[in-house]
Amino acid sequence: MEILMSILIGFLFMAAVYLILSRSLLRIIIGTGLLSHGTHLLLLTMGGLGGESAPVLADGITDYVDPLPQALILTAIVISFGVTAFSLVLAYRAYKVVGTDNMDLMKGNEDND
Amino acid sequence: MINLLLFPVLIPFLFAAVLLLFPKKVKAQRIVTMIGLLFALTSSFVLLYKVKVDGVQTLTLGSWAPPFGITMVSDMFSALLVTSSLIIALFVVWFSFTAIGEEREKAFYYPAILFMLTGVNGAFTTGDIFNMFVFFEVLLMSSYVLIVLGGEKIQLKESIKYILVNIVSSSLFVITVGYLYSVVGTLNMADISVKLAEIGPSGIVTVIAVLFLIVFGIKGGIFPLFFWLPGSYAAPPVPVLALFGALLTKVGVYAIIRTYTLFFTTDVGYTHSLLMILSIITIVVGCIGALAYFDVKQIIIYNIVIAVGVILFGASVMNENGMMGSVFYLIHDILIKGALFLFIGIIIKITGTADLRKMGGLMKRYPLLAWSYLIVAFGLAGIPPLSGFIGKLLIVQGGFEGELLWQSIFILASSLLVLLSVIRIFIYAFWGEEKGDHLISEKKYRHLLAPAITLAGITVLYGVGAEYLVPFMSDATNVLLDPSIYVDSVFEGVK
Repeated sequence: MEILMSILIGFLFMAAVYLILSRSLLRIIIGTGLLSHGTHLLLLTMGGLGGESAPVLADGITDYVDPLPQALILTAIVISFGVTAFSLVLAYRAYKVVGTDNMDLMKGNEDND
Repeated sequence: MINLLLFPVLIPFLFAAVLLLFPKKVKAQRIVTMIGLLFALTSSFVLLYKVKVDGVQTLTLGSWAPPFGITMVSDMFSALLVTSSLIIALFVVWFSFTAIGEEREKAFYYPAILFMLTGVNGAFTTGDIFNMFVFFEVLLMSSYVLIVLGGEKIQLKESIKYILVNIVSSSLFVITVGYLYSVVGTLNMADISVKLAEIGPSGIVTVIAVLFLIVFGIKGGIFPLFFWLPGSYAAPPVPVLALFGALLTKVGVYAIIRTYTLFFTTDVGYTHSLLMILSIITIVVGCIGALAYFDVKQIIIYNIVIAVGVILFGASVMNENGMMGSVFYLIHDILIKGALFLFIGIIIKITGTADLRKMGGLMKRYPLLAWSYLIVAFGLAGIPPLSGFIGKLLIVQGGFEGELLWQSIFILASSLLVLLSVIRIFIYAFWGEEKGDHLISEKKYRHLLAPAITLAGITVLYGVGAEYLVPFMSDATNVLLDPSIYVDSVFEGVK
């Protein structure tokens, strides 16, 4: 199961890198979204996949999943949600002001546009 | 006063939350921000005294015993950094009253600064590696707001790059924490230190060490990961630039020093040599950049890169003098970069340009500005008895003791290039024929000069009074060089 997850995570990272390296701003943002998905799955796998057992520790129960990675993923999801929302708004604003969503045309400073 | 170490984190947070309620009332915003910063600064001084007298302070949130709950740890190193970051914020806010413009002040400028301070101080104080990630995100999110606030074309272009770089590095941070967790099964930094020492040198630990170096290197701006820094930092207005230049890269540097002294002490031959080599190349690249530009902003921004290299070189040597020099130089650099940015902010305000070739002859009408800039420039280069001297002296001494002869001579030579780069600004801007218009009124000039000169005075005091700071610095150094002090104080309550 862990092997399968590793392949999936690797695939997500591959797709994310491909998208981030493209020129269109929207594709780049989707790429960062995939990157954070890959990251979250990786966190889940790092704690060990527990099969059917629940992340609960009570008296007499010895077969439980480590709950910590799930708490971490929850935090990371919320953060990446916020950052993605912000970057989408920023991309829209930049598109309106600069007049392009092509990263190649966003180079340069005031003096040599 | 068990919660004392949370005050510098929480006070800016609470005041920022209050400030969100009345964004349009500029006067009230300014006053409340100042009061909040003064409260936070007072609490950080009390904390500094407490740490000096009673040693490392710890707090476990929700009373979950370590290593299970989140622990906040304030040793001398982090207390010093918290204090100096609050000092810088105080002066930048004071400078902003005149420099930033009412439009930005009405658009949540002050709350963003205070939220950023929450993140910065939190990252300095936390004793939990995942919590450090969360505080990094808090400060990054506020820095996104600050860098884009105003919505000029250049800001929008550059902030997209800034955000992208930081999203990727944050993902890498989480991945690295995930790897670390799978190896040691804990997130508490003291506990990680113990577990990694038990494991001893192994391949995966070295990989994690290098990954951490990449993650924090992107934030801190070491070679070859500083590529985003000059472009992005030049985009926002000068007060924001001063805040970023003085604080944000230093959080990355702090995180590198913390992890490389607390966690990765088993395979020093590889990890710390890598750090040393990278820091030397960082200095080279920074020197080239600082001399190449005619843009005053870029010159000082590349000086940030040089300073990061010097600090990390001192830390990579891992002996007492080198580490103490790093701590001295880190605090010095926070203060002096803040002061320098404020000064070039005034120059830019007066001349209306950042291009050295278009300015000149300011000496005649602004002698006070010229001479105080010169003092700060000498302080940056490390001319005794100003503030850069003692730190650099100790770093080089540490380098010689660590038998890194050439590298240490190199650091000394780089000081000359630093001096040259800032003196170039002095020669071009203050000497020569008067050029261009003087765009600001006498009153505005005085209002801008007051915070800059006061901050310059503090850097001079920091240099002259170095003798009195030695006990504090040696406390900080002891904890860094001997992780067991840190670990013991975290687990004190448990045993």
